[in-house]
Amino acid sequence: MKIKDTLLEPIFTNNPIALQILGICSALAVTSSLQVTVVMCIALTAVVACSNVLVSLIRTRIPNSIRIIVQMTVIASLVILVDQVLKAVAYETSKQLSVFVGLIITNCIVMGRAEAFAMKNPPLPSFLDGVGNGLGYSVILLGLAFIRELFGSGKLFGVELLQSVNNGGWYVPNGLLLLPPSAFFLIGLFIWAIRTWKPAQVEEDEFKIAPNTQPQEA
Amino acid sequence: MANKDSVKGTLLVALVLCIVCSVVVSTAAVMLKPQQEANAALDMKRNVLLAGGLIDAEQRNAQVIEEAFGNVTIKYVDLRTGKFTDEAPAGGSGRAAAKIADASEKLPPEQDRAKIIRRENTKEVYLVEKNGELQKIILPVRGYGLWGQLYGFLALQSDLKTVAGLGFYEHKETPGLGGEVDNPNWKALWVGKEVFDDQGDVAIDVIKGSVGAGTPDAEHKVDGLSGATLTSNGVDNLINFWLGGQGYGPFLKNLQAGEA
Repeated sequence: MKIKDTLLEPIFTNNPIALQILGICSALAVTSSLQVTVVMCIALTAVVACSNVLVSLIRTRIPNSIRIIVQMTVIASLVILVDQVLKAVAYETSKQLSVFVGLIITNCIVMGRAEAFAMKNPPLPSFLDGVGNGLGYSVILLGLAFIRELFGSGKLFGVELLQSVNNGGWYVPNGLLLLPPSAFFLIGLFIWAIRTWKPAQVEEDEFKIAPNTQPQEA
Repeated sequence: MANKDSVKGTLLVALVLCIVCSVVVSTAAVMLKPQQEANAALDMKRNVLLAGGLIDAEQRNAQVIEEAFGNVTIKYVDLRTGKFTDEAPAGGSGRAAAKIADASEKLPPEQDRAKIIRRENTKEVYLVEKNGELQKIILPVRGYGLWGQLYGFLALQSDLKTVAGLGFYEHKETPGLGGEVDNPNWKALWVGKEVFDDQGDVAIDVIKGSVGAGTPDAEHKVDGLSGATLTSNGVDNLINFWLGGQGYGPFLKNLQAGEA
C-alpha cells in the first residue's frame, strides 16, 4: 500500500466515523464547543498514532491469546499520560473535557486501528495510519463543532458572531444543537453527503422489498 | 526466548509490559503533580476573585491573580457555633469535608433545602480587607440544580446583606438553558440585591419572569432563567439554605455584632 494512501484514505474514503461508524460517543459528547473539540482531536490523534507505533513495534512479541489486553494496556497508559499532561498545561480545557479524555481508552477507533492495522504492519505505515485516522476523526468532529457552536450558541471559539437574544442581540440560539442528540442528526447528514459524493461507500441492501400486492375482491 | 505463545512466553510478555507501563504512568503522574496542584489552586483563587468582582472575567494571568488574592484572607468558620475557628475543614476544604462522616452532619430532609444531604461542620470563607476593615466577604455555596450540584461563591458587601457577586465554578446544567447561570448578564442581576430583610430574616427569591420597576420588594428578587425553572429553583434553594440557620446565618449575625 502506498504511504500517501495510508495517510489520506481515512479522511474521506475510509473515514472512521462516517464509514466505519466508530468513535461516535465522543463525537456526541465534546462537540458543543470548538475549542474543546480541537483539544480532543489533538489528544485522540496523538494517542492513535503513538499506540499504533508501539503496538506495531512489539507486534511480533505479542502472544496471540492476550493481544487485546496488551493493546488495551498500551492504549490506557498513553491515555493516562495525555490526561496528566493536559491537567498540567491546559487546566481549563481539561476541566471541560473532564471524563472524555479518559474515555479515549474506550474509543473504538484506537483499538480498532491497533488490531486491524498495527498488528500486521511495520511502525512507519502504522504511524501514518494512526495520524490519518486521527485526521479523519478530526474532520468530522470539527465540522460538527463548527455547526453546533455557531448555531447553538452563536459563537466560534467562544467569540460571539451571531449576537444572541440573551445578550441583547437578534439571534435566537437553537438549543437542540447544544445537546448531544443533535450530533447524531448531523453525523447522519454528513454520512449522507459523503455517500452521495462517493457512491462506492453505499452498502448493498441486506433485504429486498417485495412489490406491492394487489388487493383482490373476495 | 521461549515461544511467545507458550504459557511461559505469555506470562513473561504480560509481566514486562505491566512493569514498563506502570513505571511510565507513575513517573508522569509524580512529575506533573506539582504543576497540576498549582493549576487547581490558582483556578480556585480565580473563581473566588471572580465572584467577588475583584478581577475581569477574562483575566487568566497567574501573577495578576496572585496579586489580587493578596488582599484576601482565608478564615475558617464553624457552622455549628457560627464563629471563626482555627481548625481547617477536614480534607482541606468544606467540599471535601462533606464526604467525611466525622466532619459533617446528615441533614434532616425538612432542613435540607439545597438537597446536599450532608453539611460540613467547617467552611472556609474569604475576607477582603482594606486597612483592617472588611470590604467584602466571599462564601462558598453549593446545592442541587437539575442534573447535579452547583458549586460556587456568593460575595456580600461589608454590610453583610448586599450581594456583591455570585458565580458558579462547577455545575452540570444544560448548556443554553440552566447553563445560563454562567451568563454574565444574569450574574450581574444579583449585584446590589439584599439577601436579608429588616428583621434579619433571609429574603431572597429567584422568581419566574423578570423583576420590573413595579415589582414589590424588588431588592429581594432576581429574574429566573427562562426555560430553566428547576435550575432557578436550585439556585434559590441553595442561596436560601446557605444564608439560613443551617448555613452561614448564625455566623453572619455574629460577625455583624462583632462576636465572630
